[in-house]
Amino acid sequence: MGKVMPLEGNNAVAEAMRQINPDVVAAYPITPSTEIVQTFAKFHANGQVDTNFVAVESEHSAMSACTAAAVAGGRVMNATSSQGLALMWEILFITASLRQPVVLSVANRALSGNINIHCDHSDGMGARDCGWIQLYGENAQEAYDNCIQAIAIAEREDVRLPTMNCFDGFLVSHAYELVEVEEDAAVKDWVGPYKAVRPLLDVKNPYTVGPLDLWDYYFEHKRNQIEAYVAAKEAIIEEGKRFGKVFGREYGLMECVDLEDAELAIVALGSTAGMVKDTVSELREAGKKVGLLKLRSFRPFPDAEIAAALKNCKAVAILDRAASYGAAAGPLYAEVTSALYAHKAEVPCVNMIYGLGGREVQPEQLVDIYKALEDVKSSGQPAQPVRFVGIRE
Amino acid sequence: MAKNLKQLVDSPVRLTGGHRLCPGCGEPIAVRQVLMGTDSPVIVANATGCLEVSTTIFPYTAWNVPWVHIAFENAAAAASGVEAMYESLKKQGKIDADADYKFVAFAGDGGTYDIGFQSLSGAVERGHNFVYVCLNNQAYMNTGVQRSSASPLGMNTTTTPAGKVQAGKTKVQKDLTECLVAHEIPYVAQSIPGRWRDLVGKAEKAFNVDGPAFLNVLTPCPLGWACDPAVTAEISMLAVDTCIWPLYEVEYGEYKVNYTPKEKKPVDEYLKLQGRFRHLFKGEEGAEVRKQIQEYTDRKWEQLLKKAGQA
Ligand SMILES: Cc1ncc(C[n+]2csc(CCOP(=O)(O)OP(=O)(O)O)c2C)c(N)n1
Ligand code: SF4
Repeated sequence: MGKVMPLEGNNAVAEAMRQINPDVVAAYPITPSTEIVQTFAKFHANGQVDTNFVAVESEHSAMSACTAAAVAGGRVMNATSSQGLALMWEILFITASLRQPVVLSVANRALSGNINIHCDHSDGMGARDCGWIQLYGENAQEAYDNCIQAIAIAEREDVRLPTMNCFDGFLVSHAYELVEVEEDAAVKDWVGPYKAVRPLLDVKNPYTVGPLDLWDYYFEHKRNQIEAYVAAKEAIIEEGKRFGKVFGREYGLMECVDLEDAELAIVALGSTAGMVKDTVSELREAGKKVGLLKLRSFRPFPDAEIAAALKNCKAVAILDRAASYGAAAGPLYAEVTSALYAHKAEVPCVNMIYGLGGREVQPEQLVDIYKALEDVKSSGQPAQPVRFVGIRE
Repeated sequence: MAKNLKQLVDSPVRLTGGHRLCPGCGEPIAVRQVLMGTDSPVIVANATGCLEVSTTIFPYTAWNVPWVHIAFENAAAAASGVEAMYESLKKQGKIDADADYKFVAFAGDGGTYDIGFQSLSGAVERGHNFVYVCLNNQAYMNTGVQRSSASPLGMNTTTTPAGKVQAGKTKVQKDLTECLVAHEIPYVAQSIPGRWRDLVGKAEKAFNVDGPAFLNVLTPCPLGWACDPAVTAEISMLAVDTCIWPLYEVEYGEYKVNYTPKEKKPVDEYLKLQGRFRHLFKGEEGAEVRKQIQEYTDRKWEQLLKKAGQA
């Protein structure tokens, strides 16, 4: 039996990392993820982990060293936010291309400029095409649970893709919650030992990692990488179930709240989904047919599953905590609507861009969103689907 | 030096022939000599650059040792990552405790003096046990001979071209060897492929110190230097005989000059063999730049002798 502890999201992740006991952690501090690394450094200094903890001089080197360490043949973890993730960007592609199962916890934070330390998803969305699996958690419990599952998903032999454990900066990273922390031995057992695939340190079987790859093979390698995502989707489902069996908290690609008969639905990522849940139960009590689709796996993007879950709705609001400059709408909106189109689910949608740079979201605003959906339901697809929530006009 | 020439010749071939570096390129010669400096298993991290692209065109590889390339600016960070994993697994008993693997990073001067300087500085400050080798051909050769901060005064590069009002590069090169000395790491040295005994011996020392070691090796590039591919070794020896590229080493802060020419040759003898300095032999302005190169070379040489207690 685990125990329930009051923990900040960051410390919950550090706890998971302690239990997983990775071989190498190379990291560089940035608000709001700094505490993960600091707490972990303490575990290291107290001899509670076997990890070689490398305090590098930048995030670029952090991800370079992590990628190389994984190539060398062991378990590797790391944490960052915002500009730190942006500085890793070049190497994120390489980690994924080399199929190294590095796990990176990301306390989501707005990107500069102007500089802002608070939560939005511009960092995660900026990194969405780098080839990493991206899981978004709602609260400290999920940040902890996802950190553990990320290892198992990333390391599956058919997957071998690096994985991001994303959760909202400050809102989750710095908020105390009661977290069910499982027994060390149970976590260790659940995760299992690391199985290296062609470790570089196997000096008897030397091979060349990261060569020049021209037109004659690069395309095939990319195809393999794309297809690994099919296995990743299965892995997320299976590992989520296996986690549920052992620890009682089951996970999937997404979480559907009252969607079966919902006419009006919100699609959201991260901590906002928790607030939407409360709004849904209030409105349900008042007899409104409302629901929520909380997306957990953003990469791989479960397009068919999303379309199936939303197809009977009469109007959907897609909440984006990031902008995509010059695009028709926010990134989540673009992907959800294209999933609906591809799977012939004709549902009118609006895009609610909200909470950039940590702007607070109020429950009344969520109620207003469902109200706006009433209009969309009766009038059909609006000509101007992009709206801003809680902004000074 | 522990090994004689015969033993060196019989060393295992760690970088094979059949790679696609240009004829006469100094880089593979330097790499082979460096890798002869240890009999232990060696793991290579390589930065983007001529050596990397020309030796690993998938599905071929010229490497007989484990080799990894991550990106351009991070050979030192990549080597730290591999070394960190090795230390971790060794401590946990997952790798034989008696194993004595060596780690080496190869990068061009661009990947070392410029874009890779931060990761190099960070890695050596952290004290990773690895050898960093700068294959210094004094420009970005892989992308077409652009200037780097290792390019010497007067060099004609594609971004500091010799033109009507500018005689090539207008600044002297960064003294990176001294920057590394300032990091107070166990071993720092300069060498050339032309004096194999010097280079192999220094590599041997570098592999055997406990902690980071840095080797700055001047590697002539027939393409970018516009010189005869047949004289790679001779040109590097002329760099030494003119004192443009002194052979020296710094062990735990102690300087030692490894070679003092009996008669210091004028820099012109070195410059005139290379097309990259051809414009300096025309007109007054060129003569003035050559004079500056000579003065700069003399001043640096005197300073070095002082540091080594030989002046
Ligand atoms: C971030 C980044 N910027 C630029 C490049 C392009 N690039 C590749 S190799 C290279 C120059 C390499 O020069 P150097 O390090 O001196 O090695 P050489 O080819 O001369 O051996 C450059 C600019 C790159 N690969 N990555
Ligand atoms: S361009 Fe210069 S450094 Fe590059 S392979 Fe050719 S000779 Fe060597």
